[in-house]
Amino acid sequence: MHYLLTHLDSAWTLTLIHLRLSLVPVLLGLLIAVPLGALVWRHVALRRLTTLTASIIFTVPSLALFVVLPLIIPTRILDEANVIIALTLYTTALLVRAVPEALDAVPAHVRDAAAAVGYTRIGQLVKVELPLSVPVLTAGLRVVAVTNISMVAVGSVIGIGGLGTWFTEGYQSDKSDQIVAGIIAIFVLAVIIDVLILAMGRLITPWARKTKAAA
Amino acid sequence: MNFLQQALDYIFTAENWSGKAGLGARIIEHLQYTGVAVAVSVLIAVPIGLVIGHTGRGSFLVVTAVNALRALPTLGILLLAVLLWGLGLLPPTVALTLLAVPPLLAGTYSGIANVDPKVTDAARAMGMSGRQVLTRVEVPNALPLILGGLRTATLQVVATATVAAYASLGGLGRYLIDGIKIRQFYLALVGALMVTALALLLDGLLAMVVWASVPGTGRLRRRLPQPLLDDEVRLESGPRGRTPEYTRGEPSPTVEGW
Repeated sequence: MHYLLTHLDSAWTLTLIHLRLSLVPVLLGLLIAVPLGALVWRHVALRRLTTLTASIIFTVPSLALFVVLPLIIPTRILDEANVIIALTLYTTALLVRAVPEALDAVPAHVRDAAAAVGYTRIGQLVKVELPLSVPVLTAGLRVVAVTNISMVAVGSVIGIGGLGTWFTEGYQSDKSDQIVAGIIAIFVLAVIIDVLILAMGRLITPWARKTKAAA
Repeated sequence: MNFLQQALDYIFTAENWSGKAGLGARIIEHLQYTGVAVAVSVLIAVPIGLVIGHTGRGSFLVVTAVNALRALPTLGILLLAVLLWGLGLLPPTVALTLLAVPPLLAGTYSGIANVDPKVTDAARAMGMSGRQVLTRVEVPNALPLILGGLRTATLQVVATATVAAYASLGGLGRYLIDGIKIRQFYLALVGALMVTALALLLDGLLAMVVWASVPGTGRLRRRLPQPLLDDEVRLESGPRGRTPEYTRGEPSPTVEGW
């Protein structure tokens, strides 16, 4: 705790790096997964293929992916881009499975009502079905964001780790205080991001609260 | 300079598999870290998940605990544990257990809590005790989700056990960490490929177990067990002496004293 309070400056710098490494992938993953998930939703074969690919990607250990990526794409081996791309892949892999499931969960009568009032298929998807799947997506995003924040720390083993740097430094110089500071900082960061995503999800689905209050 | 070619050559050379620092020994170490951590987390998470899912009390606690544990960085815990307790099986077990508990707890709890209340009500109405409802109705119905949690937990632990090598411990992470340290990237790739292969293999096996456990399909057992009825059959076919015999007693005397 003492270390954290006496190193607030470097804590702030590392936190910004940490956030960049863990949240940019969340945004990119969301931007890829939602259209992709919606696109394959109605096609049985494509959906199976996507699910299978996603679960294989998800199985590849993160540290392994950080190291293997430079061989597949033209990045240097100890480059920040590897971490961002690897975590984007994980985020996409997790969300792309959740999107079709969330769309499945939209009740049939809601779908019928939307069609009856004249929504086109695209309009129905964008204005009715996707908004209704926000709670499921929020749940997925929370898991992904928190997992990413923890995974970025692992990157410090290969030299890119934001706040995880305190783990490797503290370990090498035998300072458990520094490691504890890192654990606290990452924990707090994860909890804050988790709560923020939850709050955002509630904010953009005001009807969810209303129906609950009415019921 | 083809790293992949070099890495594959390394993996497919027999002498790299033997000895104390060979691939075989590293795989065993890796599986040991994984197995111990997963076993300990099963012992912790499953009973708690069963009780809370069954009683419905403390579900807020589960959600909070799962989220909080997920936010703990495994690498930090591991390195701290090594500084505190030295090398050995304890630091990776503690760090990886904390990693495996959330998915197991979440899977067990939500599996039990999401069993259709109609089903549990019917079981209760048939006269099952709370314990019987749990073990014969809720657990079989929740099994796919419980084992799904086990699958996620195992997967994360196998992947993360790699970092044990950073703390001078063993496992397949040694190739990864050492390879980067001595700038022999093909060695790092050997570690990455082996861990990935191990993860895919374990995940495939567990996926099959989850598939087999789906209730009502009879994949796990050929004959569908019939709760209660099973007992009657056992009672009928068991040795006669063990069944409580119905002894006819004297009729109770009437008021007139007959």
